[in-house]
Order: sequence, then structure tokens, then C-alpha cells
Amino acid sequence: MIPAPFDYYAPTTLDEAISLLQELGDEAKILAGGHSLLPMMKLRFASPEQLIDINNIPGLSYIKEEDGFLKIGALTKEAELEHSDIIPGKYPIFLDATKLIADPQVRNMGTLGGNLAHGDAANDHPAVMLAMRAEVLATGPEGQRTIPIDEFFYGFYMTALGETDILTEIRIPIPAAGTGNAYHKLERKVGDYATAGVAVQLTLDNDGVCTYAGIGLTNVNPTPLRAERSEQALVGNKLTEEVIAQAAQFASEDCNPSDDLRGDEEYKRAMVGVLTKRMIHKAMERAQ
Amino acid sequence: MIKCDTPKEIGGMGHSKKRKEDDRFIQGKGNYVDDIKLPGMLYMDIVRSPYAYAKIKSINTDAAMAIDGVVAVVDGKALEQYNLHWMPTLMSDTQMVLPTDTVMYQAQEVCAVIATSRYAARDGKEAVIVEYEPMKPLMDPYKALDDDAPLLRPDKEGKTDNHIWNWKAGDKEKTDKVFEEADVTVKEQMHIPRIHVASIETCGCVADYDKVNNHLTMYMTTQAPHAIRTVIALVAGHVGLTEEKIRVISPDIGGGFGGKVPVYPGYVIAIAVSFLVGKPVKWIEDRSENLQADSFARDYHITAEMAATKEGKILATRFKILADHGYTDASANPSKFPTGLYSIGTGSYDYGTSYMEADAVYTNKPPGGVAYRCSFRVTEAVHAIERITDRLALEIGKDPAQLRMENFIKKEDFPWKSPTGWEYDSGDYHAGLQKAMDAVGYDELRKEQAEKRAKGELMGIGISTFTEIVGAGPSKDFDILGIKMFDSAEIRVHPTGKAIARFGTKSQGQGHETTYAQIIAQELGIPMEHIQVEEGDTDTAPYGLGTYASRSTPTAGAAAAVAARKLRDKAKKIAAYLLEVSEEDLEWEPGKFFVKGAPEKSKTIQELVFAAYTNHPQGMEAGFETTHYYDPPNLTFPSGAYICVVDIDKETGQIDVRRFVAIDDCGNIINPMIVQGQVHGGLTQGIAPAMYESLIYDDDGNILNGTFMDYLVPTAVESPNWETGHTVTPSPHHPIGAKGVGESPTVGAPPAIANAIVDAMSHLGVTHMEIPITPFKVWKTLKEKGAI
Amino acid sequence: MTKEITITLNGEKQTLEVEPRLLLVHLIRENLNQTGTHIGCDTSSCGACTILVNGKSIKSCTMLAIQADGKEIITVEGLATTEGLHPIQEGFKENHGLHCGFCTPGMMMRAVELLENNPNPTEEEIRWGISGNLCRCTGYNNIVKAIQYAGAKIRGDELPSTEPEFI
Repeated sequence: MIPAPFDYYAPTTLDEAISLLQELGDEAKILAGGHSLLPMMKLRFASPEQLIDINNIPGLSYIKEEDGFLKIGALTKEAELEHSDIIPGKYPIFLDATKLIADPQVRNMGTLGGNLAHGDAANDHPAVMLAMRAEVLATGPEGQRTIPIDEFFYGFYMTALGETDILTEIRIPIPAAGTGNAYHKLERKVGDYATAGVAVQLTLDNDGVCTYAGIGLTNVNPTPLRAERSEQALVGNKLTEEVIAQAAQFASEDCNPSDDLRGDEEYKRAMVGVLTKRMIHKAMERAQ
Repeated sequence: MIKCDTPKEIGGMGHSKKRKEDDRFIQGKGNYVDDIKLPGMLYMDIVRSPYAYAKIKSINTDAAMAIDGVVAVVDGKALEQYNLHWMPTLMSDTQMVLPTDTVMYQAQEVCAVIATSRYAARDGKEAVIVEYEPMKPLMDPYKALDDDAPLLRPDKEGKTDNHIWNWKAGDKEKTDKVFEEADVTVKEQMHIPRIHVASIETCGCVADYDKVNNHLTMYMTTQAPHAIRTVIALVAGHVGLTEEKIRVISPDIGGGFGGKVPVYPGYVIAIAVSFLVGKPVKWIEDRSENLQADSFARDYHITAEMAATKEGKILATRFKILADHGYTDASANPSKFPTGLYSIGTGSYDYGTSYMEADAVYTNKPPGGVAYRCSFRVTEAVHAIERITDRLALEIGKDPAQLRMENFIKKEDFPWKSPTGWEYDSGDYHAGLQKAMDAVGYDELRKEQAEKRAKGELMGIGISTFTEIVGAGPSKDFDILGIKMFDSAEIRVHPTGKAIARFGTKSQGQGHETTYAQIIAQELGIPMEHIQVEEGDTDTAPYGLGTYASRSTPTAGAAAAVAARKLRDKAKKIAAYLLEVSEEDLEWEPGKFFVKGAPEKSKTIQELVFAAYTNHPQGMEAGFETTHYYDPPNLTFPSGAYICVVDIDKETGQIDVRRFVAIDDCGNIINPMIVQGQVHGGLTQGIAPAMYESLIYDDDGNILNGTFMDYLVPTAVESPNWETGHTVTPSPHHPIGAKGVGESPTVGAPPAIANAIVDAMSHLGVTHMEIPITPFKVWKTLKEKGAI
Repeated sequence: MTKEITITLNGEKQTLEVEPRLLLVHLIRENLNQTGTHIGCDTSSCGACTILVNGKSIKSCTMLAIQADGKEIITVEGLATTEGLHPIQEGFKENHGLHCGFCTPGMMMRAVELLENNPNPTEEEIRWGISGNLCRCTGYNNIVKAIQYAGAKIRGDELPSTEPEFI
């Protein structure tokens, strides 16, 4: 449980951090909460030559509503999401998700930015972000750019972040009135990665017609997956049991889970269907 | 009723005294082996095999030796020069310390890196390059005896196959006949999976060899320090480390559960290195090493059968077992009992015929077969009998509680001779089950279940009524490596009436510092607060076989009581002398002797002890101390009645343990708080293999869940709120009527849980499910039965 | 490459030279000889190494010592004061919340922050709140009771009975 040696840098500005990334090349890794990276280093599955600790850069941890977005600083810790006053009202999906992420101590260190930048389809926030159509703000040598979440995850442990980019902010459009969202995952025991997880956000108009649907899936695909056919099945319709069942069916068909100790493909597909149905119901209740 | 006849100030049996050991643990002052730091200490890390079966072609240590701080890399060839590369197991099998040519299981020790720091040792381990020639491992025990199976132990002279031993109990002919003629027979195939104790402290040691004085002090995580000292002397006596030159110290132990009974290669390598370099050497395992290489438990494949009349009178049982021991039989069973005490598996039921047979085989898995809070295979036996009993109930359509009530051995029939030869000492099985049924509201639950079934919902109620067998054991039958399984207590009472007591056992959390003090307080009347208990140092404690298999209270606890009684007899003689009466005229009440009919004429125990040092009768030996080695006349037979209620989410297969009621009977209770704590803990270690834990290997011998990420130790969320109680049926042969309790709940809980889950689905045609029963397995079964 | 860091451990300021890869738990146990904080796994799963860093419970096996520069650390050794035991320590002792004692320091340090955030937690909140700490001995029932007891003590409420309850 001892990492290989590395050099350590603790920049105090973003510019400094980005320069370090440029200077050190691809053997350097960014250290945020460290709860994905350090365990891999301790088991020597990862042995970066340099660590760039960005925790000393001020101004990267905040939760605020501004300009039509919920803006979350990349270094915001899971525990801060759990305890924020802003979150419970419109974003209970975060409370659903954070409660199921690892454990309280890990959530005191783990950051939202790290959870996304790791690009791991087993992490929970990617599905949540897909459901909410988030944008990711990346800062690099050329300045800032926003990456729609749909373009962010594009391979096994791969994201749209360049080698010299730092993920600095997550922006979530403030949901319209009549919106509800929910997340759940099945896990073998508390703190486990998902056997299957489903995030749903819905907006219903006054007649109960669905005007927005976002559905994200956890750990049932090589990358975090947006269940687009399921979303389309909902939008423009009243959410009857038949409509919901159709959406659930599409989700279970469109994912690509693999057999592992958590279950086989058949089980995982079925669980995606069950959870999609349940999270749609929960999001509908919350939309009221 | 709990016996409690000393005042609280004395704190004898039956008082829920707070634990004496806790003050140091809650203040961070426990002293575990990794807390020990000696001047000049070196650190050891172990290179392990990535293959389950491979020839070692070469070991290149150049890069490792070039690392700053690395002082040596020790391999099997180096140990071979001193004939230290092999060691005996506790089952008189043999095991490599380090291999000279072949590795036999994944994560086997290949060589050891010694360095001046933990970090350098780890870097050195990473830099060692080992070249292997992998071979196809033998992973399936059912294929171990095939003609084309590789011969795994050519090192054993005359060995031509992978068969280790065959064991039988009961009467085959009679049993077969009953089965042929019975109205009803039922049969299930079950696997009690390979699991790991996973105590939160891993194993480790500091071996400190003093060259000048030719003396080894071995600090190590062991549940049996004396036996280990003897084993070390057996392994290393030829290089001059004879038994008087070895001191084993077992400091505070962070959980044992049987996993800290064996001698692991790491300990022996550390000793060898310390012996060679003359410096202390520390070795502490990582968790993954612990899970992947240290002794496993269980791994029994059992065919269980039961014969009965159509009314449900049990007539006979038959069990056929295949035991997968991995690379070597490294169990810690008594010599005469290769399957431990599996023959308790006839259960709590009154019938006269049973036959059991077991075969053990070698495979390319880590060695062991020791422990998981029950080292002597009672868990395997109880799972089989309690599952097959439920199977019979299902077959004949009788309520499983009713079936058990009708077949229980009656209270008045004890002592009771079992079909496999045990003499059950005492029990009241009807009372236990009735109490559990009343507590859980059994009849209402069955009604609720019927209503739920009508609505298509799944709810199950599972019962387990087990008989345990602990307290090994009587010397005529019980030994480990030839050493008889007595245990010991030494009590020294100081002139001021305060005592120190030392034992051959070793607590790993059981609370001996409190409970042993309570036993002595009970017998001598000295307040338990003034009795200091020490264990774990072979230089000071009397010889004993250690703490495992719930044997401490039945053996060392009995030794404490008998030793205290010897001292009380001495006190009586002194009292007679001081009060100038004959011994027959004296009566005892906790803490003093008084003259019959004249209670004002009395001497307290403190006065009598003081007199033993200051004014003892002429001709009597001065002082107030004694030692007793207790050789139990019989084993003790605790029992329990457990009821589990589960709700199953049909769509996901998720299992919610709604209630779990456990009524235990461990005879007289020394400390109700501690007994309850043991039951709580054992129940969580019962739900663990029932629903979460098992060590899983692929066909190439790779472990698939060798870390805490995937080896699923239950947290406080998975562990339900346990509801516990007791009945008290004292052991008639034990000095204080106690029986032992530590492993009972781990034995009794898995079949209660499995029975509940099967019960929830029995109307769908489900008769058995293999543990651990996961949501995935439940869902698959429901799918298969067409229920979803 | 080593770096100088300054930390406050249980109220005492310490300045040390550390290798960047040194884990905080090793700094505390090996360099500073405070061995009450334990190590039980290598995957950040067991919680035996839980300590407080600036008041937050964290797993010290998954933080670099160098990251603790300038921070205030409290370990089990820092719980009791001259006034006596911390309520959580008393809770564990009075309610038989420990057997072997190995997970206990981490479990207590986690519970301290849990009660800081929520002085009157429900049983479910406690169970989820300590879900990052494994105990292999107690079955958790009495750990829950210990934390409830400490909560009552901290709130100044009447203390619950510490006698075991049986069916």
C-alpha cells in the first residue's frame, strides 16, 4: 500500500498549474481529492512521475446559482454537495447520488470534478450530469472552453479534457418549474460501484405532458451512457405506465453491460429497466 | 435464569461488568504488533506469485538490490541451505516456507525483500524480476482425482494422487438400510464456500533474534502463542533455536477468528532473516495479501440426505463431503479429527442412524481449512443438517418449526448419545425454539406470509435450531501435533489480597481480562477489579493451546475456577487455624469464611491471603498461588434457536433482512453484556457468508475478489439490528456450568438466513440456494422459475 | 526530493521533512509514533485509519502527508482532555462498543464528526454514517448504541441505559 516515488507540485494559481502540465508532459497527474488516483498508486496500478496538487488553488470550490446555471466549482467535495442549502430544493438528485458514493470519509475528500474527469463509467456523477445536460468548463493554455456533457465522455476512462486542461467548473441549467430528478443505483453493499445505476430528470407541463427528459446510466456501458431513445419515448407524452415501460425497455436495450461479479448482462439489462421505471416515477413525484 | 450470586462489588458471574481492557483501546493505547518498533529494525515485504501453478525459472534481484535501503532478498534456495524452506502444518502436512522450484497457488510467497524501511522494502519487491513457466492449475476439486489431473504433491514420498485423507463416522450399512426402507427421503447438493476471516488487523510479526544470547523474541499475531513456540522449536531446533531460547509474545490482537492460529510462511521467513542478520525484522501483511494467501475457511462440498416417515419422524441422515484444502492441509483440527467436529451434524434431533464420509483433496488454491469463527467444521455440518431439515419439511408439507419441535431431543433425555458417538451434555431445545417463536411472533408472520403470497409478494421465515460442540477437548481424544488440548490458569494472590492471573489462552477481543477476573471473583470473593489478567507471553503464562473454536471458557475458564477453588481450600485451612475451629465448622459466602451458627466469627479472603504470607499454619506451604491444567471430561454442547424474516424485492432480487431473533443457550453466563456482544458479532459473521462473502477464483487460478473492494465484509448498513436472548441450561460437567458462545451465532445464522430466502420462494418450486445468496442469484432463480 | 511541512497533531505543532509519497497514516504512526490510528486495508475501504483533518473525518491512508501541510489533525490520542474521556470514548466503553479494539479509534473519529454534523442522529443515520468503517467483531449493534449515548451526552440529555437488553 505504498506508492512509487513521485515529484510533487502544489501550484497556487491555475496559470501555474497549467504551465506545469505543459512543462511536465503526460507523466504528470492532477491530484484533486485523490480518492481514485491514490488508491491506484498505492496498489501500483498507476505510477505517475509527478503529481500536481491543485487543492491550493483558491476559488475552485463553490455551489451557486448564477446566469441561469447551477455552477459548481470542480474542487467542491461530495460532502459539500450533501450539506449545501442550495441542493435540496431543485437538485435532490445530488443527495440521492452522494449518499451512495463510497462512504462519508471518502466524500469528505472526493470532488465532483475528479469524479467526472476520471472518466470512469462506474462513477455516479456522470449519469447525473447526462440527465441534467450539464456543461463542463475546461481551462487550458488557450483559456476557457465549455464542453457539453454529451461530448465529454468518449472512451474507456477517456474524456474530452486535453493533456493540459484542468476541469474547473460544472454548469447545470437551472431546471424549469415542474422539473423533478432522481438517482439510484443497485450496489452489492453500501459504497460499492453500481451493479446498475440510473439518473432521471423530467419536466412536466401543467397538463402532465413531459417537455424535457434526461436519462443517464451508470456502469452498464464502456462509457457513461445517455439513454436517448428512452428520453424520446417520454418527451411530448403524458407519462402513462405504458410510456414509462417503453422508456425502461429502451434503456435496458441500449446499454452494453458486461458480465462480472455484480451480475451478468441479462441481469444488468433488467436492472437498468427496473431502475429507469422507478426513477421516472420518483422524478415525477418530485416534479409535482 | 442467569446465575448471579455475588454482590456487584465483587462482580462474579452474571454481572454485566464493563470491560477492563477497554480503557487502553479507546485511548489509542492498545499495543498491536505493528505498533512495536525496535532499534535497528528491518522491514520485510514479500514477492508473491501472479500464477496459481508455475515453475520458477529465475529470480533476478539486481535491480532490487540496487535500491537505496534494500539489504537482502531471500529466496527458497537461500533457506534451503539451512533446511528452513519447509515447515509442518498443524495437521502434520507440509508446506513450503519459500519455493525452490514451483509455486502452487496465486499469491504464494516467492521471495522476501529486506530493507531499512517499509517504503524501500516495497520498492524492492516491485523491482524483483521473477521468470515463471506457467502450468495449467487444478482448480476444481471434483477433478482432483481424475487420471489426467496433475500430481500436485510429488514432494510427498509415495504420493500418487491428490487425495489427502478419507474419514468416516456412523454406521453405513444400517443407514443405507433405513434409507432404502423409508417413506420419504430428501437430498440436496450444497457448497459451503471458501471464505476468509478478514480480521481488521492483518497478520504480522517482529522477529527479534539476539545473536549474543542465542535468544529469539517473536512478537506476532497469534491466537496460540505456546503451540507456536513449540512449532518454531520443531522447525528451527536444528539451527540452535531450541524451545527455551524462544519467547513468543502475542500482544493485543486485532481480531483472530481462527485466521491467526496457523504458522504462515511470513513468520518463518522473518525469523530466518533475523537469525541470519541478527537484527529485528518486521513483517506486516497488506490486506490483499491477507485475503489472497492466508488460510481460508470452509470450502466443503456436501451431499446431504435425510430419511423420514411420511408423518415427519426423522429416521436417518447421510452426508458425503468433498473437502478442498488447496495446496496443503493447513487446517488446525485435532489430529484424530481431519474433518474437525463435523460429526455433530446429526443435529438437535432424536434419531439413531447416520453415516458420514469425507474425502479431502489438493488443488492449486491457497492452503488452509482453518477458520472463520468456527475452526472445527461445525458451521458446515450445521448448514447441511438445518437446510436438509427444512427440505424435509417442504417435502412433506409440514411447518418447519413444527417438524423441529416433534423431532427435538427431549430435555429429560440428556445426556444423549448421538449416532456418531458424542454425548451431548445438556440442552432444552423446545424451550429455546418456543422463546424465539414467541419473540418473533411466528404464527402472525406465517399469516402475513400467506397474505403476501396471495398478492405475489415474496416474504420468507427461516429457522435454524443448532447444536454446537465446543471446548476441545478431553485429552484421550484431542491433540494438535500431539499436544493435548487442555488449557491452563495460574493465579497468584498478593499479600494485600490483589491478584494476577495468567492463562494459556489469548484473547483477540473476547474480553478475557474481564471474564476470567469474574470467574476468579466468583470463586474467591476478591473483587474482579483487583484481579489482573495476563495472556500471550510464553515466558510468563502457563502452557496452553490457545483461543479458538470457543474453547477458552470451557477449558481455561474451567481451569480458572478449579485453580481458584484450590486456593479457596487453602484459605479454608487458614481460616480454621485462625478461628480455631475445624474446617467442617466453616461456611463460605462470597468473600469470607464464617463459623456455622456464629457468623460474627469470620475471616475475609483478604485476611486469609495476608495470613498465608504472614501467619500461615506450621507445616503449610507459605504463599497463595496455584496453577491448574484443566483436562475437560467432555466437550460442551451449546445450542440456539434462530429465526430470520426476509422480504424480497421481486424485480431486483434484493433481500431485506427484516428481523433476526437469536436465542442462545451457552449454559451459565459469566458476563451477559459480553455474551450478547459475542452473539451480535457472530451474527454479522453469519450474515456475511450467507449473503455477501466468498473467495472466487477463475479457471486459471486467479482470485477475482482479493481486496476489500470486492470481498464484501458487511458494514453497519448490511448488518441488521440483532434481537438476542437466551435460555440457560448449565453444562453438568463444567466447573461453572458454562459452555462457550463465540462461534455459535456464526454457526447458526447462515442456515436461518438461507432457509428464510428459500422459504420466500419455496412455493415457486425452489428447494435450495447456494450461499452467498445474492440479489443476482435470487433474480436468476425467479427468472428460471418463471416468477418474473 | 523532500519537503518541509508543518502540522498540528493533537494540539502540538510539528515541523518535519517528508518524502512526497509518504502517506499521512505513516507520518502519524511511524514518524510521530502515535500508533492509535490503525491500518486495516489497502483500498480505502475499512476506515481503521480515520482521523480528523481540520475537523473533517478522512482516511489517513488515502491522503499524502504533504497534503496535510498547515492543517490541524486530531487522532484518537487527542480525544480525551484533562477533564476526562470524550463522550464518544465513554459511549464505546459503557455500551460494549468494541471487542478487539482495532477498528475502534477510526470508528470513534468518524463518529465524532457524525455527531458534530448531527447531534441527534437516527439509527439509520448512524448506520449510514459509519458505513466507511468496518468492524469484524461487534455486529455494530453496540456501536450504534455507543454513538447514541455519546450524542445524548453531548446534547446534555438524559443518558440512555447501558445495561444489555434481552428478549
